[in-house]
Amino acid sequence: MDFELTDDQVALCDGIRDLCQGRFDIDTVRGLADCGGVDRQLWGELVDTGVFSLVVPEEDGGVGLGWAEAGLVFEQLGRALVPGPLVGTLLAAGVTDDAVVGLIERTDGSALVEYPDVLDALLVLDGDGVWRVDAAELSFELAQSVDPLTPVGRVAELPQGEEVGGCYGWVNRAVFLCSALQVGLATGARELAVAYAQERQQFGKPIGQFQAVKHKCADMYSREEVARAALYYASCVLDAPELADEDRAVSGARILAAEAADHNGKDCVQVHGGMGFTWEIDAHLYLKRAWALTPCFGSLDEHAERIAAMV
Amino acid sequence: MDIRFSAEEIAFRDELRDWLGEVLPTLGDPPDRDDWTARREWDMGWQRKLYDAGYAGINWPSEFGGRGSTPTEHLIFLEETTRMGAPYVGMNFVAQLHAGPTLILEATAEQQARHLPAMLKGEEVWCQGFSEPNAGSDLASLSTRAIRDGDHYVVTGQKIWTSFGHVADYCELLVRTDQEAPKHRGITWLICPMDLPGIEVRPITTVAGSSEFCEVFFDEVRIPVENRVGDENDGWRVAMVTFSFERGTAFISELLGTMNQLAEMAELARGIRRNGSTAWDDDEIRREIGHLQAEYDALWALTKRVVSQAQRTGMPGPGGSVFKLYYAEVKKRMADLAHRMLERGALVLAEGGGDEQTGGDMVASRLYVLSLSIAAGTSEIQRNIIGERILGLPKER
Repeated sequence: MDFELTDDQVALCDGIRDLCQGRFDIDTVRGLADCGGVDRQLWGELVDTGVFSLVVPEEDGGVGLGWAEAGLVFEQLGRALVPGPLVGTLLAAGVTDDAVVGLIERTDGSALVEYPDVLDALLVLDGDGVWRVDAAELSFELAQSVDPLTPVGRVAELPQGEEVGGCYGWVNRAVFLCSALQVGLATGARELAVAYAQERQQFGKPIGQFQAVKHKCADMYSREEVARAALYYASCVLDAPELADEDRAVSGARILAAEAADHNGKDCVQVHGGMGFTWEIDAHLYLKRAWALTPCFGSLDEHAERIAAMV
Repeated sequence: MDIRFSAEEIAFRDELRDWLGEVLPTLGDPPDRDDWTARREWDMGWQRKLYDAGYAGINWPSEFGGRGSTPTEHLIFLEETTRMGAPYVGMNFVAQLHAGPTLILEATAEQQARHLPAMLKGEEVWCQGFSEPNAGSDLASLSTRAIRDGDHYVVTGQKIWTSFGHVADYCELLVRTDQEAPKHRGITWLICPMDLPGIEVRPITTVAGSSEFCEVFFDEVRIPVENRVGDENDGWRVAMVTFSFERGTAFISELLGTMNQLAEMAELARGIRRNGSTAWDDDEIRREIGHLQAEYDALWALTKRVVSQAQRTGMPGPGGSVFKLYYAEVKKRMADLAHRMLERGALVLAEGGGDEQTGGDMVASRLYVLSLSIAAGTSEIQRNIIGERILGLPKER
């Protein structure tokens, strides 16, 4: 057993972090709100780096890595607040040739589709399989999204689309990738809060000296580390399903990652005081993305139920 | 990132499981909580069985009589012994996990020869004389003083929270040998035999009604200078050498025992009938059980990360403080949930028996968990450690 990252995995994280710092600095990310969340050229850099073909086998033109690596990469993307239909596009690799792909679960009645302006296609999951809906077939009305970097459009009824595969395993993998983004969000929010607590002075000292602030930051770190452990465990199980129950591992990561991202986002706002409530400070972007990613393939209650049934 | 066990690790587990399968049925019933003579026999008897089977000092180096196992094998050992219901380390805790490892790193060859084999065979109970009434979280301000008189230190003062002090043979004792030096630089680490004249031990009754804690009073106790471990006034460093070990694997049995308890609670919930349905039919109760399981699974994964870091670097990672902080809160929620399920049944403490450390009944457990955020560094101290040492926030001035 060696549950720490391998040298290759550390190098992969560093590489993606550098890419994000170089190409997705916070001003660039904020600017993406004006173009539907995706800039084709920047998106192309993610494609060229292999972000979306990570788990596609090498013989099929992919990178040939596992879910462990996919989770690490998505963690870094979440930490940098990179927007776009990341989860759908990764899962669609090897299934369709589209460059920007959304993913949604079919429900009765109307649906909220994320990043509707920039999609090439939308994959729809239902009990029968995975269906590809061409973006041209989607008619939607833009709604005002809670997250400026997750635009949403309301579709009256999802078209049936063309079947592209069975849906076995898609839900757990989508939930896992959302969780990885959220662990990254929890990290980004904690880093922003800690940096502010070190520099902001009140009563003649950095506010990070005060235990009320220091302890909040410590709790942020603890949540993030516990969620990260759950995420890494889930990725090991996805890569070697004979080890343990995949549903239980993924649902566990889902709950802890969603809570860590939500609580760290709120604490990040609080540590910033009044400035935390402004549009100018990035704290709200972490929190809003956390909220946008939580209602995805089952509520947290449903995941808790799924685990309870196994206790 | 690989949680699979190697062929050697699996072989280690299989062999251990076979041995436990043979030895556990021969042990009989555990003693009553307050029968200290029987508890000592039970804990020391188990240590002797471990010794005879080659499992004593599992993580101690082989040149000191240990098994020299890797951190991963240590994890497997604790997982398997807990899962199969083997006795907890009990009053061997300080000798096995704290004093022993300290002697291995810091003591003279004579001190090691005198104590390490006896610790491994279950012939010496050790206790810890660190905290004082006025030196808790601020441990370095301790004031029990030791005055050099020829080849003895004359020790006067008071220690507190000394688990198993009333049954211990030796105490790892921190004393102040320099009143003038800065507080961290005037402390010395001594081996104190508990039968010396001038030592008085008074048990403290806890909120749970148990009495494993003691106060220990020292009135001009003469401790030979040859019992000093490390240099005079260097005792703070000696004590800190093993503190991080304590947070690496110390909670494995506790966590796995708690997971067993959660499974028992789920069974109980399915059986408790109220108004024509069961406690399990209550959405909130069922979901909280699922939520707790998710958190325990994550803490188990975190433990594996900490152990993997120890395996690579020789030192457990910072996850130990995170574990302790987080675990205490989750376990309190579980105890509260048990009470919601039991309703008026929660008024009754089951009597005697059980081991509060790993199991025991759910009502007593609600009391025991209050200590989890206090013992071995309060949650507030853990948050300071995380804030300052990991996140780099400034110390309070």
